[in-house]
Amino acid sequence: MPTLDRRLFLKGSALLGCSAAAHPLLNSMTFAALPSDNRLVVIILRGAMDGLDALQPYGDPMLRRLRRDLSVGPENGALDLDGFYALHPRLAPLMPLWRRGELAFAHAVSTPYRDKRSHFDGQDLLEAGTGNDLPVDRRIGGWLNRLLQATPGATAETAYSVGVEQMKILSGKAAHLSWAPTASLSLSPQAQMLLEHVYHDDPLFRDAARDAVQIGSETSEIERIAGPTGDAQALARFAANRLNAESRIAAFSIPGWDSHASQPAVLGRALDRLAAAILALRDGLGGNWARTSVLAMTEFGRTVRENGSGGTDHGTGGALLMAGGAIRGGRAFGDWPGLGEGQLYADRDLMPTRDIRAYAAWAMRGLFGIGRDTLERSIFPGLDLGGDPGMLA
Amino acid sequence: MSFGFPELAAIRLGFGLSPLMPPPADAEAVLASPAQAGPGPEAMTTDRAREIATRHRLGVKARREGLPEPPEAQQASRLLGALPAEDLRRRVIRALDDPIGFGERLVQFWCDHFTVRAINKVNNTLALAFQDEAIRPHVNGRFEDLFFAADTHPMMLVYLDQTASRGPNSPFVKRRPDRKLGLNENLAREAMELHSLGVGAKYSQKDVRELAELLTGLSFSHQQGFSFKPALAEPGPETVLGRSYGGHRRGGLQDIRAAFRDLARRPETARHVSHKLAAHFVADDPPQDLVEAMADVWRDTGGHLPQVYRVLVTHPALATNLRAKVRQPFDLTVTGLRALGMTGQQIAALDPQMFRRAIWNHLIAMGQPWGQPKGPDGWPEAAEAWIAPQTMAARINWALRMPRLLLKELPDPREMLARAFGGTQSRELAWAVPKAESAAEGVVLILASGDFNRR
Repeated sequence: MPTLDRRLFLKGSALLGCSAAAHPLLNSMTFAALPSDNRLVVIILRGAMDGLDALQPYGDPMLRRLRRDLSVGPENGALDLDGFYALHPRLAPLMPLWRRGELAFAHAVSTPYRDKRSHFDGQDLLEAGTGNDLPVDRRIGGWLNRLLQATPGATAETAYSVGVEQMKILSGKAAHLSWAPTASLSLSPQAQMLLEHVYHDDPLFRDAARDAVQIGSETSEIERIAGPTGDAQALARFAANRLNAESRIAAFSIPGWDSHASQPAVLGRALDRLAAAILALRDGLGGNWARTSVLAMTEFGRTVRENGSGGTDHGTGGALLMAGGAIRGGRAFGDWPGLGEGQLYADRDLMPTRDIRAYAAWAMRGLFGIGRDTLERSIFPGLDLGGDPGMLA
Repeated sequence: MSFGFPELAAIRLGFGLSPLMPPPADAEAVLASPAQAGPGPEAMTTDRAREIATRHRLGVKARREGLPEPPEAQQASRLLGALPAEDLRRRVIRALDDPIGFGERLVQFWCDHFTVRAINKVNNTLALAFQDEAIRPHVNGRFEDLFFAADTHPMMLVYLDQTASRGPNSPFVKRRPDRKLGLNENLAREAMELHSLGVGAKYSQKDVRELAELLTGLSFSHQQGFSFKPALAEPGPETVLGRSYGGHRRGGLQDIRAAFRDLARRPETARHVSHKLAAHFVADDPPQDLVEAMADVWRDTGGHLPQVYRVLVTHPALATNLRAKVRQPFDLTVTGLRALGMTGQQIAALDPQMFRRAIWNHLIAMGQPWGQPKGPDGWPEAAEAWIAPQTMAARINWALRMPRLLLKELPDPREMLARAFGGTQSRELAWAVPKAESAAEGVVLILASGDFNRR
């Protein structure tokens, strides 16, 4: 069956007495003024990535004393980055980016979330971008949505939530689009036209189906990718495809970080997918990679000590991974809190030394010119932006 | 075109119309359905769950020690892995073969109201036992019994961390001063916020904490099973919403039952849960008079669910809000199979791979991965939460692919239109279906239509 293109779709609609004016998306797609030429991709790593294993502070002698089998350092296969930190061997595919200055990280970061260590609450807070003083209210929406609200010229096409589930980080008042690369749609022109007629008086179905046809036809060349990292690559390729067109912001998630047991296997698989997603973004974005910042964020870190089942439990301070041509990479950001006696949070977790939202805020300031006041009051209410970490090239 | 209560009841309170079975004749027929939703012969029990978990653990232990896995452990592990899909298959079969469907719709509603999730594979059996032991036996009884059974079931204790909660002054904690053991408020909070009073009700952090203290002692492990352990219980009485419970803490389970009974009978609970039922069955934002009428009966009867259901089933709002609700993917799946004239026997005969392709995978794409709700608040009710471009595409893809996978011969779309809607179809759909290029495409139009995806 042929996939219907936009022209045919409009023709079908016209046949049924609808006019092109009834398709605001199609119009806005063509004529929207773009807010910026820079791109921001946020990847939510669901399940709490162990930052101490992904980016190993082997230069801190306490690490070896607290961890026997995990975070094994350069002498056991990790890749030395700067004499203090080493990259987990499963992130080796990203080493060329590090050398070119397109990969960086900030260690010992966290949201304001503390103590309960629930994935759901932690992710809710990370995506809401609010402080800890008030319970997360679903109505408040996500911080990327508030970025859209603060961006003049933003349209629905400006931001994409990628994946089956809609990301809370983008939920809210500002219109945005959502799509899952697995959701290919191919209908005969006749079925297309008849469905359009059937949905005509139901705006919810009509608009969703119209966007589905539109997005599906524009992105049908994104082929299915086999293998264990195929799902993450597909999300990234789709995001890159949209960012090469009218979109400037994309968010998707990579689950599978909750390594309570058999951490080398669990974390290894998740890191493979993260690396594959970042490389797929780079390859897909081509020349636009130079104007792109990717932030890979997780809800919290994991316990400094290994547990009894070859893994780690829910912790506090974690790591933020940054990639993209717009990143001033090849370096670690942030202050290292130490792992010694009295330096841990609650005697178990990495002590956070900076709010992870500050990095996101500085990225938005640099990429989209958002003012300090807007960042501290509306996008991340109550955040102290602090000094510029200088993470953008 | 005209239709009556039978069509309305089948579409709104059941899983739609079937070419094989007549719709319910009247309200009495609908109200007789929940009594049929009890546990079936295939019911899972906590004891069986423990036995399978114990065998599975043998394998985990063997692997850790570098020894070969015993065959009974391998078998348990395979069973645990296959269970979520088999659970869905059972639920689909029961819903499909239920002539009325209201009881199975209620099972789905209450399983969602009391959301649990087997986060570890080893608890997959326990999640099934939760349905069969806590939900199904109480669907047609008193809310207080359902509430108590659900919130003290081992699966709930595991899911909401009650198994990690101990009285800060209990003998168990006092004997281990060097370990950071204490209270976990998760179950107590959700018992009030989600399961009974609702977040808008007037209760304080102190009420949550005191209920959490009252709940200490509830214990479950696969090794030891379910018990109330006085050594874990916080000593002394606890005051929840002005009422004092316990004191001696030996008869702790009775004290907990009393607290749940009182919560279940509170007017806030009557209102909160009536509203939720009305939002699920009638409209996302249900008519006030319907909610009030249900809550009144709840208060008068002490939460006797059959009488609350009667208000819902006989209220005029049922007719005036036709198609106000978007069918959730599970509901849509069963309704589709039913409209195509499929039987439980045919679903039971599918090999696991075909079951995944034709049913399981579509639920994931439509945004309702079976058994994996995001949080303890369960699946969303709002239409907008279910209809986005990617989930809309998934619904259309389901309409395109599912019938061709499962049926050798598709029904005549004109006949299907008449039988699946019983006169409730819109003019647009009735116009479009005969214009389809093929019978297959006509079936797609029906299954993908707003008429079919709403109820």
